[in-house]
Amino acid sequence: MNDPVQPAPGPGGPVSGGPGSGGQGSGSEPIAPLIELVGIRKSFGDLVVNDGVDLAVDHGQVHALLGENGAGKTTLMRILYGLTRFDDGAIRVDGAPVRIASPADAIAAGIGMVTQHFSLVGTMTVAENVMLSGVGLGRVDRAGAVAAVTAAADRLGVAIDPGARIDRLSVGEQQRVEIVKALARECRLLILDEPTAVLVPQDVEALFGAIRRLTADGLGVLFISHKLGEVSRISDRVSVLRRGRIAGSVPAAGIEPRALAEMMVGRPTVGVRRTDRPAPLTAARDGSADGVGAEVEADLVAARGVDVGTAAGPDAAGERPAGTAAPQRLRPPALRLRELGLSGGTARGRDLLTDLNLVVQPGEIVGMAGVSGNGQSELVQLLSGLRRPSRGTVEVNGIDVTGASPQRMIAAGLGRITEDRHASVVPGLTVEQNLVLEDAATFRRGPFLDSGAVRRHASALIERFNIKAAPTDPIGALSGGNMQKVLLARALAREPVALVASQPTRGLDVGAAEFVHTQLLQRRAAGGGLLLVSEDLDELLALSDRIVVIYAGRIVGDLTIEQADPRTLGLLMTGQRLDEGEVA
Amino acid sequence: MRLRLVLRGREPRWLVVLLIAIAVVIVFAVTAGPIRLAGANPRAAYQRYLITPLTSFTSFTEVLLASTPLLFTGLAVAIAFRAGYWNIGGEGQFLAGATGAVATGFAFPGLPAALAIPAGLLGGVVAGMLWGVVPAWLRATWGIDEVVTTLLLNPVALLGVQALVTGPWRNSQTGFAVSDSLAPGYALPTVIPDSSVHLGFPLAVLLAALIWIVMSRTVTGLRVRAVGLSPDAAAFSGIGVRKVHFGAALISAGIAGLGGAVQVLGVTHQLTPQVSDSYGYTGIVVATLGGLSALGVLLVGLLLGNITVGAQNASLALQLPPQMGQIISSSLLLAVVGMLVFRRYRIVRAPRDTAHQGGAE
Repeated sequence: MNDPVQPAPGPGGPVSGGPGSGGQGSGSEPIAPLIELVGIRKSFGDLVVNDGVDLAVDHGQVHALLGENGAGKTTLMRILYGLTRFDDGAIRVDGAPVRIASPADAIAAGIGMVTQHFSLVGTMTVAENVMLSGVGLGRVDRAGAVAAVTAAADRLGVAIDPGARIDRLSVGEQQRVEIVKALARECRLLILDEPTAVLVPQDVEALFGAIRRLTADGLGVLFISHKLGEVSRISDRVSVLRRGRIAGSVPAAGIEPRALAEMMVGRPTVGVRRTDRPAPLTAARDGSADGVGAEVEADLVAARGVDVGTAAGPDAAGERPAGTAAPQRLRPPALRLRELGLSGGTARGRDLLTDLNLVVQPGEIVGMAGVSGNGQSELVQLLSGLRRPSRGTVEVNGIDVTGASPQRMIAAGLGRITEDRHASVVPGLTVEQNLVLEDAATFRRGPFLDSGAVRRHASALIERFNIKAAPTDPIGALSGGNMQKVLLARALAREPVALVASQPTRGLDVGAAEFVHTQLLQRRAAGGGLLLVSEDLDELLALSDRIVVIYAGRIVGDLTIEQADPRTLGLLMTGQRLDEGEVA
Repeated sequence: MRLRLVLRGREPRWLVVLLIAIAVVIVFAVTAGPIRLAGANPRAAYQRYLITPLTSFTSFTEVLLASTPLLFTGLAVAIAFRAGYWNIGGEGQFLAGATGAVATGFAFPGLPAALAIPAGLLGGVVAGMLWGVVPAWLRATWGIDEVVTTLLLNPVALLGVQALVTGPWRNSQTGFAVSDSLAPGYALPTVIPDSSVHLGFPLAVLLAALIWIVMSRTVTGLRVRAVGLSPDAAAFSGIGVRKVHFGAALISAGIAGLGGAVQVLGVTHQLTPQVSDSYGYTGIVVATLGGLSALGVLLVGLLLGNITVGAQNASLALQLPPQMGQIISSSLLLAVVGMLVFRRYRIVRAPRDTAHQGGAE
């Protein structure tokens, strides 16, 4: 589908993209690429993670690999570094096929990798850490290691004290030590896995300077990221990975962030469609107006700093023309977050969640889009009762449940489906035991658990949700789809007023995903308010009435479904500001 | 070609029996050499260890007597481990319980048996709980690893007992480092005529039955099991994981303390530094071999009691060192725990070249 073999950084184009790097590379020689991946396929069970990926990095080239979470970037990197075996395909270095079955093979082939999580020993010095990676039997060459560090630091153009202890260094410096480690092993291709995720802006500049010096030396860099801005600044060529395939590969020069964003997130292809769209959506419930109302309301709260909870409902109802939606407005919002904040212990010292205001009305699905790691899991943990917010309030069905226990949140009418299924069920217990775990006290007869009632409850849910399991099966033995159905059954059996569903279809096959979507829509039709947190834009666009975008712990966009399109969402998710007039 | 472990879908019922049988065969194979080296016929030795104790009335009652403290410490460990609280402090809590029972006896020497026995047992429970509450509190409040804290309190308890019997509680008649004997009202009655099997044994069996019912038939039991199997999922389901840990820790320590009290009131009738023959540590073996179930603890406790009596017998009859009994029960622990891996995993052959998941996944 693309032309990875063709050397990208010819003498022309890319030079303007990255100062000084591309032109000086060996692009003028018509030789084979430094590293070439050909038709790489990898599947875990039924899940195809890499589906025939072709990718080539030339000498002296910065090749950016862009993609959403779950697109297959990490697996591809692990394959290239010998951490994961691939099913099919080939890896070539300088045109010759190589066998990479372990990191040792990868290092021998000249491949180095720096991940987000450094593998450094904190109590040892820089030189000792570099030594560690090459340690074998026999004498330890301390002087050699110091020399290697100094030489590599020279190549990088930074000063590194070989005798400095790792735990005294900043994160940016530690990252440089990781790069030094790779260079000391004479790597020719450096894989940087989201290197800027952990860095402050000044360190990003230093990193980019180092990358430019290295590529001028002829080193190839594979730069993995989902930040469009930095990708267009540093790279010579950009490839986009989407659902395990290369969706496109273009020179970075004069690149359009919009085009990339579109390539990254693609087009809606989800099987389940809302039957009420487009006409009934606005006619019957006026979902978009609800969203705006909520915004205004939240702004009011923010401005006054007072509790307008009791006044807000009637006020809002009064402003709206009486219509079919009016009766619903008399009900409190299914879920309301006010000024919600969570102080965090991140290295960057910023809050995990900041001033989150969100209202989910009954009978509404609010989608939350965002690249993972921007506060979604913290928000879901908070709404699951596993964490307490630092500031602000959470209301479920008009009941204040801020900082309440999971039990009280469930009692208030909250249902939860989290992204980590294995942390939501007890694998060693049976299906029926898991189904009653949240409200075991109601299945009591005298001092004993009423096993008959438990069995009847489980059998009814198994039939209703079409779960392929017996009540007494250990839940750990179920497939992902069936396990998710059990969770869905547990959450929906209580007919929750508000349902928080996080990545409800991640890792599921198409049939199971469709079933989950149908159930979520049924809950909505029955008057439930849903907060759907997902990294799958297709899913969000297919199901939501409104989509908010979370970035760096803040809600940076609140779009009606008419305003939301993959391009706009992609830009918001990657921290870009929308142009004037882009969204009315 | 190489071998790999693959997660089993469902466990067949006969599997556990088969695995334990294999483990026993392994133990025989491994220990036959040392027994031969010690100058005995392995077959005769196993006969002495396992069969002989069960063949006479007297030695059978000795088995019951020997297993009684192991049942208490085994149940104590099982209940804590089930909840995911790794109480390694059974030894210290057992000693604390023994001390508590003696202290009660010294405080109220004139009580009639109907009051003295419950008071002495209660004293043991309370003392065991006191010994276990600090690690439990540290775990619940600060998340401090209870393995370390409970373990380190064991020698502290032993030193405490030694300090008492060489200090204030030194025997007033003999001057030996043992306490005075308790008043006669504090002696547990024997339950089998012409034997020394005391009330502690039926008490342990009753306790095992009670724990079995609570764990398998009640809401509390379900919650405790959920916390032990997956604390994250339990917390998600609204179960107070810390409360469950704390409660299980206290009950566990109380049962271990009760075991210490029973040993004093039933066997020693005074505090001695040897009141616990490592019962707290052996309780870990009993609980683990018994699969952390009350029924399993009962069976394994009796088996180890059997081996203990058999080892005494073998050392007299065959001149085998008494430690050989411990070697056998320890080998049994290793073999069974090793074999039980196959309850969850099975072995498959994976040809090297087409192996799929070579990675760390």
